Amino acid sequence: MRRSFAIFLCVSLMVAAPSYGLEVKQVTSPGGLKAWLVEDHTIPFTALEIDFGGGAVLEAPDKLGTAYFLAGMMEEGAGDYSADEFQRRQQELAVDLSFDAYQETMSVSVKFLTENKDESLELLRLALEQPRFDSDRLEFVRSQILAIIANREKDATDIAYMALNKESFGDHPLGDVIEGQVETIQSISAEDLEEFRQQALTRDDVIVGAAGDITEEELGSLLDELFAGLSGPGPSSPPDKAQSLINGGLTVIDYPSPQSFIVFRHEGILSDNPDFLTAYVMNEILGSQSYLSRLKEEVREKRGLTYGIASYLSSYDDVAFISGQFSTDNNTVAEAVEVVKDIWTDLAENGVSEEELQSVKTYLTGAYPLRFDGNSRIASILAAMQRDERDITYFDHRNDRVNALTVEDINRVAARLLKPEELHFVVVGQPVGLESARY
Amino acid sequence: MREIALIIRWALSFLAMMIVSFQVALAAQEMTEYRLDNGLHIVVIEDHRTPAVTQTLWYRVGGSDGPPGKSGLAHYVEHLMFKGTEKFGPGVFNRTVQDLGGMDNAFTSFDYTAYIQRISADNIERIMELEADRMQGLLLTEEDIEIERLVVLEERHTRTDSNPGALLQEQMNAALFLNHPYSIPIIGWRHEIETLNRDDIFEFYRAHYAPNNAILIIAGDVEPDEVLQYARTHYGPLTFNPDIAERQRPQEPRQLAARRLIFQDERVSTPYIVRDYLAPERNSNAQREAASLELLAAILGGDGINSYLTQKLEVDVDIAIYSSANYSGQYVDKNSFGLVVVPAESVSMEEAEEALDRALDEFLQEGVEDSQLRRIKKSIHASWIYEQDSVQNVARRIGQELTIGLTLEDIRAWPDILQSITSEEIMDAARRLFQLESSVTGWAMGKPKS
Repeated sequence: MRRSFAIFLCVSLMVAAPSYGLEVKQVTSPGGLKAWLVEDHTIPFTALEIDFGGGAVLEAPDKLGTAYFLAGMMEEGAGDYSADEFQRRQQELAVDLSFDAYQETMSVSVKFLTENKDESLELLRLALEQPRFDSDRLEFVRSQILAIIANREKDATDIAYMALNKESFGDHPLGDVIEGQVETIQSISAEDLEEFRQQALTRDDVIVGAAGDITEEELGSLLDELFAGLSGPGPSSPPDKAQSLINGGLTVIDYPSPQSFIVFRHEGILSDNPDFLTAYVMNEILGSQSYLSRLKEEVREKRGLTYGIASYLSSYDDVAFISGQFSTDNNTVAEAVEVVKDIWTDLAENGVSEEELQSVKTYLTGAYPLRFDGNSRIASILAAMQRDERDITYFDHRNDRVNALTVEDINRVAARLLKPEELHFVVVGQPVGLESARY
Repeated sequence: MREIALIIRWALSFLAMMIVSFQVALAAQEMTEYRLDNGLHIVVIEDHRTPAVTQTLWYRVGGSDGPPGKSGLAHYVEHLMFKGTEKFGPGVFNRTVQDLGGMDNAFTSFDYTAYIQRISADNIERIMELEADRMQGLLLTEEDIEIERLVVLEERHTRTDSNPGALLQEQMNAALFLNHPYSIPIIGWRHEIETLNRDDIFEFYRAHYAPNNAILIIAGDVEPDEVLQYARTHYGPLTFNPDIAERQRPQEPRQLAARRLIFQDERVSTPYIVRDYLAPERNSNAQREAASLELLAAILGGDGINSYLTQKLEVDVDIAIYSSANYSGQYVDKNSFGLVVVPAESVSMEEAEEALDRALDEFLQEGVEDSQLRRIKKSIHASWIYEQDSVQNVARRIGQELTIGLTLEDIRAWPDILQSITSEEIMDAARRLFQLESSVTGWAMGKPKS
């Protein structure tokens, strides 16, 4: 008996260890910059995910949208290259660059071929250090952003989230829309963009995830070459700490559509909270996007009220939420909202069963290795883990930590976190029998 | 740049669902092909980087293959395929895949219906058993049919009725195809979805779900002979359907009149123009025309700021704030080549459309710039390398290509064909394509609230 037990243990340990062979290394450059790397030389290219720790929250109130505008200008010429020359060069090298702005970060996703490594990185360095804000391209991108803003004002999803963020953050910059407003976009100059670039893209607050055909040494020198020319910490002062202002209630916004789009939210749990993983597992049972959750089972499978429904946790530096969204016919909004509240109440009061927890554990632990699907995915996961200040060994222990959770853990967190009376619903559409209310 | 992608979202989001704008071919993955006695076609694509596997099962039946008056049937059946079988009761399929840590999904296009699962490699046999079982063992209660009808109607609300771009595209297709069922939306017209019944569903299912109408693609950390063995065990016993024949849909007559649509919806914030031309597709042993059109789309709209239309409409003059060209040859029959122009604020729709037509005329005069063509070919070559990063994307592409009637030889030849296309071929293809009498021009505009 003892012997077979030992064998069993051994097998389960092998399964628990990252048998998918994901070996994450921390690389420190000669200049002291750090990155996480998964080396894989099967395909001759490398993916980089670069994350700068200053985003739209750093913008001045009369310059909202600067971060988004800057991201839009990063492929519009740099150094000696005009926009068309820059993009021609980019295509000759087949280097993929994609710049994005978020509230708390600016990110760059990169893919380059091994054969064009040095030239590709030189082009990226130029884009980061010396973007050109030629006036014709500036005006062109400005007109595109203004069109995007006009579109946003007529898009049900955008309308719903703008209202929900207002309820969540009040006047705090986190509640602002990333694209800015018509007046602020019209006022942004090349100098504003350059000033913001110096504040937001600094070498002191950069996170890098790398995966693919590159060695530790190559990555180390790449880091120095890429970021040496960026400034140190800028003069910016971070905004005041955000806090959740959301209260239970219902906001109905009239919108011409046979179907309503509904978002809902209350305060959540910060990603550095020791209970975060427990809350994450609880939310998979509640409203996972891929797993057959309670919300999906009740609202879609049993009642046919929606094509899709999900809930999710979101966490900023100082504030966190649990939110959800779905669409349903105007005639069934009231019913669906009640079902959501009932599910919320039931999980808070009665918790989950042993069987439910076991099922979600096998799902989550089985699915975990599947997410390391290729260099690009891996690079972006490596960056996100560093942004969340996870330990580099997190990957090795994550499934063990999921498996160690008990029904009591989940129920304790569900009872504390889920507050049906605090949910704020925003309905965009023409729902039957619903009026805005606060409760 | 992502911002432009956002504009496409509203202009073209429906199109984007079904069209992979730039097709790329594979290079290094090992492929092995089998055929079972009952006609099931099997392709195994090996990729041993991670211990995961993707199963995709493709049926040669899609939104354009249903009986008249019963639009949306293929898509409705796809939804119902998750309800349970004689052997595995309600919910077992989803729950099993889920308990094994896998993900599963399905999608329906004009030409095919596909089911896909991704799971750790050691569970491959289990999902093959489940997928094989529902090919001929489907069981449905009245309640399943009625509840899922509500879900499909909600899906139509979400994807089409709530999306002016999708509604315009639906109207454009209805106008572009005079005779071919590509004129009918994949998800179906609402009033017809409402009437589909049990007999319709099972008649369709029995007529089209058979091993000799399916292609099984297994991609990932597997050995081909192991896959063949499991396939024999689980797919082998399925019954050959002698009534399945090659698809013969009504074809387009010679088109003689340019069509124009004005679509008004108060949710359209920025007016835009879409022009669709009837365009040839890829065919076995005849892919050069389609390859030329893919390159043409890249030259006109897929080359960033250096795209021909971008230069003519956005850089040289301030006519447009966005333009694009889209083409995919991945169809069984003739489909479309699309152009989109979003006029600048002070420019009228008439002016923008005139400028578009002028630009196309000038292009036909000037021809292709060699350096641009060389660059585009280089970047296509690189995209094959990048594509290999995701074996499930490779599996999906090959599934589409096989389902529309191409062979593995055609698929293997495609990268070289693209590289060998000359500027003359592109210009010849462009001249054949740009015939206004076989086109539809749609104007999407807002309307004042009544």
